[in-house]
Amino acid sequence: MSLNALSANDISAGHAPGRLAWPAEKLEATALHIRRDIVTLLAKSQTGHSGGPLSSADFGTALFFHELNIDPGHPQWPERDFWHFSIGHVTPVIYSLMAERGYFPLRDLMKFRAFDGHAQGHPSKHDTPGIEVSAGSLGQGLSVCCGVAMAARMDRHPRRVYCVMGDGEQQEGQIWEASMFAAHYKLDNLCGIIDYNRKQIDGDVQDIMGIKPLADKWRSFNWNVIECDGHAIPDILKALAAAREHRGAPSVILAHTVMGQGVSFMADDYRWHGKPPKMDQAETALKELGTSYAEWSARLLAG
Amino acid sequence: MATKPATLKPAPGADTTLAEGASNDPRADASIALPEKVEMKKTREGFGRALVDLGEQDPRIVVMVGDLSESTMVHFFAERFPERFIQVGIAEQNMMCIAGGLAAMGKIPFLATYGAFASCRSADQMRVTVAYSNLNVKIGGAHGGISVGPDGATHQAMEEISIVRSIPNMSMVVPCDYWETYKATIAAARHEGPVYIRFGREDVPVVTGKDTPFTFGKGEIFAEGRDLSIIACGVMVYEALRAREALAARGITARVVDLHTPKPLDRALITACARETGAIVTAEEHQVNGGLGGAVAEVVVQTAPVPMELVAVHDRFGQSGKPAELMDAFGLRAKDIIAAAERVLERKRARV
Repeated sequence: MSLNALSANDISAGHAPGRLAWPAEKLEATALHIRRDIVTLLAKSQTGHSGGPLSSADFGTALFFHELNIDPGHPQWPERDFWHFSIGHVTPVIYSLMAERGYFPLRDLMKFRAFDGHAQGHPSKHDTPGIEVSAGSLGQGLSVCCGVAMAARMDRHPRRVYCVMGDGEQQEGQIWEASMFAAHYKLDNLCGIIDYNRKQIDGDVQDIMGIKPLADKWRSFNWNVIECDGHAIPDILKALAAAREHRGAPSVILAHTVMGQGVSFMADDYRWHGKPPKMDQAETALKELGTSYAEWSARLLAG
Repeated sequence: MATKPATLKPAPGADTTLAEGASNDPRADASIALPEKVEMKKTREGFGRALVDLGEQDPRIVVMVGDLSESTMVHFFAERFPERFIQVGIAEQNMMCIAGGLAAMGKIPFLATYGAFASCRSADQMRVTVAYSNLNVKIGGAHGGISVGPDGATHQAMEEISIVRSIPNMSMVVPCDYWETYKATIAAARHEGPVYIRFGREDVPVVTGKDTPFTFGKGEIFAEGRDLSIIACGVMVYEALRAREALAARGITARVVDLHTPKPLDRALITACARETGAIVTAEEHQVNGGLGGAVAEVVVQTAPVPMELVAVHDRFGQSGKPAELMDAFGLRAKDIIAAAERVLERKRARV
């Protein structure tokens, strides 16, 4: 299957309830859609973050279209797995994943950060269907997920809980409070995923406030640590499976990624953390991604 | 507006074991020093006892603590329902967000820590995770006020009302005694949405009984009067009642209102107090900036402007000392309410 060949049937199947368990090739094609969505909605809004959403697109796609047991038509489905992006600023990828998975229409992406849309700059529970807990202040999401995982244990519910964190976010002290808690209570229904793109707003993470050795830090906090290439879907799927199967401790996946992945002039450049592409830059980016603003915005507006 | 006659005697069923030999009526004591004979009981015990009763009634109740089980009296719940008790350790910000996650899954989590940590240290977590998501989290903030005593300024939480009431979706209750804390805790569980319950450390006079009316979001008129209204919360309700007795001896009648819910605020009752008595003194064991007095003033200036005086801690940190001497030194006594009443009545007379 070529990267452009996600069929109309595939797309509607992407809205199905339950765990999709899509194969790697289909996930790769979907991730390309997600990247086109991200660049298009940022070009339209002219506000928002580019770098992190693009680095999260591959494992985000694997999570939503392979791993998670969810029903986008019924976001409060009692059997659902729980997902949460502690990095609330990556709303371009969160909303793109949600829309492609069927939580709300694709056209809503064209009102990202707009006064008359629901897609707030950072995820808001009471604005966007399917956002379960608002986020935007870094460091809080893993604690939220600890509460969800604890509730599942109390209820003897098989729910799995996924928390996406940033690597810069590892500088927040509360991450380590939550890390200690999850390991203390052996919350093996909890899986953290760190978008390890090595960049933050002000520059390289190691220059701003070093977090290395990150894997050793998590290991020393008694977590099951899994590392993967965050842009290689088969590797991501293996990591998710390893986390799912691990018992007796929570798992964290260090997804090694590149900020701005998929757009040549954004890749590995911290200056793209928090800004959108201008329209001409977006056209260049979308061309690299095999489409154009006219084509992809028309698809979103029709969806 | 709920009204009730001024009866300070504990209602039938009230636990009076801590007040052996007490008159049970602080009005019998003509002095305005801290009474020695009225029944004294900890508000935090009302919180702890209510949690056990809630746990019996509702399996969704979960209690969390940050290494302060006995101080916050959640150890009663921990002993009765160990499977629904979560020890978080010394990590209040973590605890606030874990509570959010539990609430998102349909639990009714009560977290307990000192007010300084529940309000100031965890303010961002309360704002972003709990309040912005409007999650059904109940925050028990113990050790509110200067009466915390010897631990000193760091542990004397006096900013909670200002912080909590400025955050959308938050509600807040500041009960005046053991029974009201018990009822406020029950009411918080029944209220859908985040609630902060502020209570204290020390034994304080029991001025209500098991059957005294309590409605979340509605103040109670504890004593009627025509010349001014004293609107108080927390332990200052008792001081207000003492002040009323002393004022009565001088021919001044004061209405005493227990405004236990700074948010949502009983605007109708506040407006009625302004219109019917023409002068207001507020009393709180809290910073003056943004506290109960400020909340009342915000209503009064918009609906029925009348002279007001604010009895509170005036923009200074606390210090170590005995609770009683600190209440004296920081101007949180009946005598301070009386002085404020005299000032406000002078201004009221000047307006006529």
